[in-house]
Amino acid sequence: MSMKQTLVVIGNGMVGQYFLSGLMNSPARELYDIVTFCEEPRPAYDRVHLSSFFSGKSAEDLALADRDFFDRNGISLHLNEKAVKIDRVNQTVTSAKGEIVSYDKLVLATGSYCFVPPILGNGRPQCLVYRTIDDLEAIAAAAENAKVGTVVGGGLLGLEAAKALKDLGLETHVIEFAPRLMAVQLDETGGALLKRKIEELGVIVHTATNTRMITEGERCVNKMSFADGGELETDIVLFSAGIRPRDEIARDCGLDVGVKGGIVINDQCRTSDESIYAIGECALWNDTIFGLVAPGYAMARTVIDDLAGEAAAFTGADMSTKLKLMGVDVGSIGDAHANTPGALVYSYQDGAREIYKRLVVSEDRKQLLGAVLVGDTSDYDTLLQYCLNGITLPENPDSLILSHDAAAPAALGPDLLPASAQICSCYNVSKEQICGAVQAGCTTVNQLKAETKAGTGCGGCGALLKSVVDSELTKLGFEVNNHLCEHFPYTRQDLYNQIMVKQIRTFAELLEQFGQGDGCDICKPAVGNILASYWNEYVLKQEHLGLQDTNDIFLANMQKDGTYSVVPRISGGEISPDMLIALGQVGKKYKLYTKITGGQRVDLLGARVDQLPAIWSELIAAGFESGHAYGKALRTVKSCVGSTWCRYGVGDSVGLAIELENRYKGLRSPHKIKFAVSGCTRECAEAQGKDVGVIATENGWNLYVCGNGGMKPRHADLFATNLDKETLIKYIDRFLIFYVRTADRLQRTSVWLENMEGGLDYLRSVIIDDRLGLGEDLEQQMRRVRETYQCEWKATLADEERLKRFRHFVNSDQADDNIVFVEERGQIRPADEQERKHFKLLEIA
Amino acid sequence: MTQWVDICSVDDLQPHAGVCALVADQRQVAVFYQPNKAAVYAVSNYDPIGRANVLSRGLIGDIKGQPMVASPLYKQHFNLETGVCLEDEKVGITVYGVRIEDGRVRIGLPAESDNEL
Ligand code: SRM
Ligand SMILES: Cc1cc2nc3c(=O)[nH]c(=O)nc-3n(C[C@H](O)[C@H](O)[C@H](O)COP(=O)(O)OP(=O)(O)OC[C@H]3O[C@@H](n4cnc5c(N)ncnc54)[C@H](O)[C@@H]3O)c2cc1C
Ligand code: SF4
Ligand code: FES
Repeated sequence: MSMKQTLVVIGNGMVGQYFLSGLMNSPARELYDIVTFCEEPRPAYDRVHLSSFFSGKSAEDLALADRDFFDRNGISLHLNEKAVKIDRVNQTVTSAKGEIVSYDKLVLATGSYCFVPPILGNGRPQCLVYRTIDDLEAIAAAAENAKVGTVVGGGLLGLEAAKALKDLGLETHVIEFAPRLMAVQLDETGGALLKRKIEELGVIVHTATNTRMITEGERCVNKMSFADGGELETDIVLFSAGIRPRDEIARDCGLDVGVKGGIVINDQCRTSDESIYAIGECALWNDTIFGLVAPGYAMARTVIDDLAGEAAAFTGADMSTKLKLMGVDVGSIGDAHANTPGALVYSYQDGAREIYKRLVVSEDRKQLLGAVLVGDTSDYDTLLQYCLNGITLPENPDSLILSHDAAAPAALGPDLLPASAQICSCYNVSKEQICGAVQAGCTTVNQLKAETKAGTGCGGCGALLKSVVDSELTKLGFEVNNHLCEHFPYTRQDLYNQIMVKQIRTFAELLEQFGQGDGCDICKPAVGNILASYWNEYVLKQEHLGLQDTNDIFLANMQKDGTYSVVPRISGGEISPDMLIALGQVGKKYKLYTKITGGQRVDLLGARVDQLPAIWSELIAAGFESGHAYGKALRTVKSCVGSTWCRYGVGDSVGLAIELENRYKGLRSPHKIKFAVSGCTRECAEAQGKDVGVIATENGWNLYVCGNGGMKPRHADLFATNLDKETLIKYIDRFLIFYVRTADRLQRTSVWLENMEGGLDYLRSVIIDDRLGLGEDLEQQMRRVRETYQCEWKATLADEERLKRFRHFVNSDQADDNIVFVEERGQIRPADEQERKHFKLLEIA
Repeated sequence: MTQWVDICSVDDLQPHAGVCALVADQRQVAVFYQPNKAAVYAVSNYDPIGRANVLSRGLIGDIKGQPMVASPLYKQHFNLETGVCLEDEKVGITVYGVRIEDGRVRIGLPAESDNEL
């Protein structure tokens, strides 16, 4: 038998797991054998990012501990096993499976459950809650045959649940009992603005509405009836009306609990029984339940210290929050409702840009007590630091929230923060600790995250974290290294500016003035790309030839066996029967594999390099031109059939798609760019998944930007609404060139925006409000690109010299004998290794 | 004994890029040319990782001072002087001798005996 005492932890949720991992790094781990009960079928996972389950994250991605955490650390994990009874006299815990475990110390981390209001019919089919992965699986299953979903509760979690329903494609309603949304965090004006913004996104919000009962529906599974006599048919009802601590097991064994629930704890997080602690959402401290992870983590740290015999106390926690709810930025800091006696309020409202900010300051105007931000949270970090660290406010506190264009920005640089300032509240990491880690050798935010965990919780501290790291690095004399590669000690953006300012036209010139060595496969294509977007010269011009990436150099995409694919442009996806026939004839003549691409055009594959010129001359004769499938350039503008044919269409999406594709074709950019145009909000062209998406409305066009499919899909952001065509095109011109000028190499617009300081609002201010005064210049550059457009294939075919390169051998007309095809489903495909060997043998025989 | 085979004229080479030559036994040799340094390199055209005859179509340059070609398929780099793959030392490609004389390009083929490939 071990000499150690036994520590039992009930509940393996976010806080329970944080406690266990923290304990493993504490001297106290030596003192205990550890047993934990986990009611759920899987160990702890990241509940904060639960919703990402719907955007493709798996249960495994969300897991908080690696697979062998428990084994490695000798922790006995009772998975899928609920603890049902505590015997405080004999100090044992009994589980639902009948197991009895003795404890010396017991930690309760049972979390909370979703409160389901006592409404008649609340147990009907498809009445669900939003708390666990199992809940989400149930919601996803219910949504499969559902059209309408309704969330009861318009708080933070309720709105998150509403977003999930919306993303699942349901008509979504939110029912809120209070007269405004997010009543805990927001004041009346803020709540009203949030409601307006969320309604713009297509969620229907019913405030001051009291649900009486739920009965069987006629058109949907359920029907909700309201106190005011109204009714709503809905398939799914999702309750999100607050949380209640899970204190039943504590209650049953006689521990003190609060009047409204919650296991009473003192500053050491001990319950009324010295040997039992409670942490996380089940605990009641100073009459408060904390419904966020950070305070739970602070409690866990207190218990770990207490177990190790160190003095520690939980002293409450900051409940400030910043988040994006359905794309709307919302922040609430400290005493948002100005409950402090004598508090003064400043507020700022920008109706046009839909921004609301409110400051609550102390009577003497020296201290910030609280704040509410809706529509723009760029000041959140600064305000939070004023509030938490008691930093004296500037003379006119309102300068902190007034529009920043006018006066100098009031941002509080990292240097002004005291060393003790808490930068990451999820993991309680201070500025001092971050600077320490940087001094010890962490030179990137990613290293710092691995080292200190800062920024790996809710992610809300990301921007501030980066600015602290950068400022510390600069202080230590480090250059923050974002050099393109070993040949150019500059960023792509720097090089772009140098090329622009010094009017540099070739790689050699740039290398001589700003670089070293010969270049490599990173800088050559990047520079080739910048030169092409700026000067728009023929990419196979002798000076540029050696810069072109694999595909650009032969104006076709290399396949696994060294053959190429041919993708002619089919603007907007519109193609006449004659053109289709021409494509078919070329495919047939050269025995190419043909396929419809995901971009509404046709790919002809299996062409040998020496066949490309002949294939293209036939295509060009038939009226086709290069589709730039090989380039970092505009790919396709996808369209739906639109108002010309479709009975719902309100705009000519095909017409606009063709116009846009022809306008921007050939534009070289940091990465490929994709567009789509839909004829109405049914969105058959999937415009909200594209770099530039346009959707027709009754009154014009809605413009979406920075969407992405691919590896990490990103829903595009609504940029401007109901534009006429002229304005639409003006914005797109500006947007594209601004992207071309400022993005990193191989950075899609989605990632570019995610990394942009000030985000979407900043982008709008540059493109729409012309805050940098660049508008005319950007349009001018686009005009030049358009005027110099040429079909690269046409230019190539016209140049004998260039054509010489399209031979496999410089000294022979033979073809590459390593290219071998076999037939499958009536077309060719590259032979596999086995087939290739067989073929070679046949040839020799 | 090395045997020197004439493949083409200097004008047929692609400045700062490659061409492919066919030599004895259907062997494919990639030839790269850097006129500013009067440098010319010849290596096997076969990419042992991508398993295709494509290296002559790769980008050239230098990495940490070593002249290299990047495979157009999966972007591994091969040292043009030693043939060693910079990402995996165990992988390598054959390097050939190459000369420019009187405006003609000649490739040196190892005699039968030391031809291991
Ligand atoms: C041919 C096609 C597949 C098909 O048969 O449908 C295709 C084929 C390739 N895609 Fe794609 N993608 C094709 C549509 C798409 C789409 C769908 C779309 O455009 O609507 C997407 C997702 C949308 C998006 O990009 O946001 C897509 C996301 C990718 C990605 C991931 C990009 C990302 O941001 O995560 C890559 C990899 C990359 O670019 O780094 C990629 C890369 C590639 C490459 C270049 C991979 C390679 O290096 O060999 C393939 C070469 C194509 C060739 O040889 O012709 N392809 N690819 C499609 C060509 C469409 C066209 O007509 O031009
Ligand atoms: C959708 C969603 C979004 C959120 N977003 C944020 C956010 O942005 N920021 C933020 O700070 N917080 C957020 N939260 C709240 C955060 O998830 C909680 O504060 C946190 O999970 C609390 O941790 P906990 O360990 O106390 O409880 P939980 O994580 O709920 O863990 C308790 C665990 O104990 C188990 N358990 C209970 N009783 C027993 C028993 N008798 N025997 C065995 N096991 C038992 C439960 O099954 C559960 O697994 C969000 C929550 C949700 C649901
Ligand atoms: S999804 Fe992958 S395999 Fe398919 S075409 Fe795109 S890159 Fe190629
Ligand atoms: S504040 Fe949540 S991750 Fe830092």
